[in-house]
Amino acid sequence: MDFNEKRIPIIKIRDYLIVSIQVDMHDRLALQLQTQILEEIYRTGAKGVLIDISTLEMVDSFIGRVLSGMASMAAIMDAAVVIVGMQPAVAITLVELGLEMPGVDTALNMELGMEMLEKRLNKA
Amino acid sequence: MNEIVSDKSWILLERCPIQNEHDIVKARQVVRQFGKEAGMGIVDQTRITTAVSELFRNMFLYAGGGEVLVEKGIVDERNTLIVTCIDQGPGIANIELAMTDGYTSGGGMGYGLPGSKRLVDRFEIYSQVNKGTTIRVMKWK
Repeated sequence: MDFNEKRIPIIKIRDYLIVSIQVDMHDRLALQLQTQILEEIYRTGAKGVLIDISTLEMVDSFIGRVLSGMASMAAIMDAAVVIVGMQPAVAITLVELGLEMPGVDTALNMELGMEMLEKRLNKA
Repeated sequence: MNEIVSDKSWILLERCPIQNEHDIVKARQVVRQFGKEAGMGIVDQTRITTAVSELFRNMFLYAGGGEVLVEKGIVDERNTLIVTCIDQGPGIANIELAMTDGYTSGGGMGYGLPGSKRLVDRFEIYSQVNKGTTIRVMKWK
């Protein structure tokens, strides 16, 4: 048992789940968050997930893969994922690394991310 | 492929063991901190941190861990941050293949080594099958 293990909180507001990643995640924590979010979508019937990564100082190929995997899995469960607040240095590095994140919607901040989800839900 | 040689004038800043996933997080924070102290901008700090994160994960996944040396020194007349990853793992049989975009031997996406190389100013690799792998990356200030 690892007592240092932190869980990343997931908050539900109306039809949305809001997740703010504020720790430097190790791989297992990233995978755990992926599962946690999918379970919350199932439990609450949330239609959208906003993941704030504005305090993440780096996204490497593994974390990038977890984030894009999460978006595809959530889509199958009829929920849309929007990644918000990526730092410019992180965006530059991701592209140079060669990582594309197909199917992942992004927004500059929480507010725009929320608007994006609302537009999408109203259209449906 | 030549063996990786160190320069005696380099200064060892920190030695980090990589034994578990927490060590990976700790070691990449150490690298970022020294990048910052060396006066790197935020983008270069992020590049070197991301590059070493890929290397540390490889050590952990494929070699069961290893050791990381963080050094600073003058390389080609430039102030340079030097990160060397040493493991006693299975080694890489075909380095050219391992350096190819999209090639993966495990569950990864295959961006680890080639991606890491693109993010740094110099990338050296030396590997012997069944003995281990040493990878050194450098970033100029």
